[in-house]
Amino acid sequence: MAEVLVYVDHVDGAVRKPTLELLTLARRIGEPVAVALGAGAADTAAALAEHGATRVLTADAPEFADYLVVPKVDALQAAYESVSPAAVLIPSSAEGKEIAARLAVRIGSGIITDAVDLEAGDEGPVATQSVFAAAFSTKSRVSKGTPVITVKPNSAAVEAAPAAGAVEALSVTFSDQATGTKITSRTPRESTGRPELTEAAIVVSGGRGVNGAENFTIIEALADSLGAAVGASRAAVDAGWYPHSNQVGQTGKSVSPQLYIASGISGAIQHRAGMQTSKTIVAVNKDAEAPIFDLVDYGVVGDLFEVVPQLTEEIKTRKG
Amino acid sequence: MSLRIVVTVKYVPDATGDRHFADDLTVDRDDVDGLLSELDEYAVEQALQIAEDADDAEITVLTIGPEDAKDALRKALSMGADKAIHVEDDDLHGTDAIGTSLVLAKAIEKAGYDLVISGMASTDGTMGVVPALVAERLGVPQVTLLSEVSVEDGTVKGRRDGDSASEQLEASLPAVVSVTDQSGEARYPSFKGIMAAKKKPVTAWDLSDLDIEAEEVGLEGAYTVVDSAAERPARTAGTIVKDEGEGGKQLAEFLAGQKFI
Ligand SMILES: Cc1cc2nc3c(=O)[nH]c(=O)nc-3n(C[C@H](O)[C@H](O)[C@H](O)COP(=O)(O)OP(=O)(O)OC[C@H]3O[C@@H](n4cnc5c(N)ncnc54)[C@H](O)[C@@H]3O)c2cc1C
Ligand SMILES: Nc1ncnc2c1ncn2[C@@H]1O[C@H](COP(=O)(O)O)[C@@H](O)[C@H]1O
Repeated sequence: MAEVLVYVDHVDGAVRKPTLELLTLARRIGEPVAVALGAGAADTAAALAEHGATRVLTADAPEFADYLVVPKVDALQAAYESVSPAAVLIPSSAEGKEIAARLAVRIGSGIITDAVDLEAGDEGPVATQSVFAAAFSTKSRVSKGTPVITVKPNSAAVEAAPAAGAVEALSVTFSDQATGTKITSRTPRESTGRPELTEAAIVVSGGRGVNGAENFTIIEALADSLGAAVGASRAAVDAGWYPHSNQVGQTGKSVSPQLYIASGISGAIQHRAGMQTSKTIVAVNKDAEAPIFDLVDYGVVGDLFEVVPQLTEEIKTRKG
Repeated sequence: MSLRIVVTVKYVPDATGDRHFADDLTVDRDDVDGLLSELDEYAVEQALQIAEDADDAEITVLTIGPEDAKDALRKALSMGADKAIHVEDDDLHGTDAIGTSLVLAKAIEKAGYDLVISGMASTDGTMGVVPALVAERLGVPQVTLLSEVSVEDGTVKGRRDGDSASEQLEASLPAVVSVTDQSGEARYPSFKGIMAAKKKPVTAWDLSDLDIEAEEVGLEGAYTVVDSAAERPARTAGTIVKDEGEGGKQLAEFLAGQKFI
């Protein structure tokens, strides 16, 4: 069976969930061969093997941490040349998309970004994408070269499928471009202890209606009662009430959780673009005409300062 | 020597309009008004600020697009850019990201540049890959997705807020930069700016000017095909209740019924 390259997103060896989802999708097309780069690369092998990776190609060098994007492209290209895969799958992070794009030009291939589903087809893998703020769903293929496809988080269920996961060292020669953009310092984002926004099963978001940074504790309390991630509209972020890393929407994160709860958010097209594919949508808004209500499975027209704390209390009571 | 800045801008269908696909599954540009992609206004703004801080700088705005795409160039010129290049050719219809980056790279080289500034993503395609593709093709550093950017002594510096960390980046010119909507509000064109823009030069190039063959671009030359596009079924109308003091409890009841609690 043909091999499929899967680019591994990991933090010091801890594999992030979207990569495990990619392995599920990769198995629909062929045998997954994982590529893990940077510090802790070899530590990813156990998790990857558990989820279907037949081989794990690893490389570590200071360049991966010290320079932007290109060293990773060089490494992925080396893996591509040694494996000759049927497709290359990469998680749809900002960096993942840039790596994918540059690899595609180098190997003369087409690129599809932000797939939400992937199936095998007669003429190669068929990717489903959600476009125009999720108003349309398209099916596309790469028609030239080896398909390079980036896939959004939450696009497939993680499935265990034990495989060999044999670790092999990947030899990489860095290109002249590799050291073009130096990363002179890095400030890691502080962990909140809450789930990662793009990976969370439940997301609880607040908007302009939350009316102040201090009031976001109401949103956080609801999120914590459900074990959810916290999101925010751009209006709330621009006002400085919540960090930009939590913004949901076109220029923030795109989320597709089982449950999305929007409070004090009107539902502008750019916000919808980042949450419209959520399975169940719930909103609290005092304006019955707010467009968010067109999307909801359940909506409460009311003051979030009344409704949300009552909801949180009720959840706590029910959970005991 | 003058700092030559090229800003790539895209003319897109208005996101608040009813966007559709045409019969050939390309973006329908007839039914919805077009405009300069809002995310490219941030690129124009940063170019203007960098130019203001430089001793001598010249800003060229560059677009690939149909006749109407001139509107996007005019807007950028009225914000303060100096001149414009419009790459227009019937054979460009249906060009994908790979093809777009080829045409942009050729046009940027022909125009001459020290710094390319792009938006973080187009508001219609939303791929966010063109700046990286252009950097790859030009063989210059990519310094992308910056929420802060500055240029000094032939070096570009900026802050990139990534998923797990915020990074400070640095590269020598020439380079390709892209900026996010966190980089600072874009200015509105002044009346004077709008009047001045009418007199600013707009150069038109077609594929032959750029030594690109028709087969390399357009729908035929595309590296990807869209097989189908279906309108997402409207979400089934949900239950909407007015809070009469029990709204939170009712919501909890719904969530429990859906097994979320
Ligand atoms: C290029 C571009 C990109 C963008 N990207 C994004 C993006 O990524 N994400 C994003 O979110 N936006 C984005 N926007 C902005 C978007 O257009 C909206 O301006 C924004 O989403 C509005 O945020 P909001 O719903 O919180 O605020 P508003 O639209 O002001 O809505 C606030 C809502 O809160 C309700 N409310 C007020 N008080 C209460 C209360 N006490 N109880 C209950 N309800 C209350 C009001 O009825 C109202 O409906 C983008 C815009 C552009 C042009
Ligand atoms: N047709 C085009 N003409 C000029 N610039 C473009 C075009 N398409 C994309 N760009 C630039 O590339 C950026 C990212 O676009 P994209 O990768 O399509 O999301 C945009 O913000 C523009 O700066």
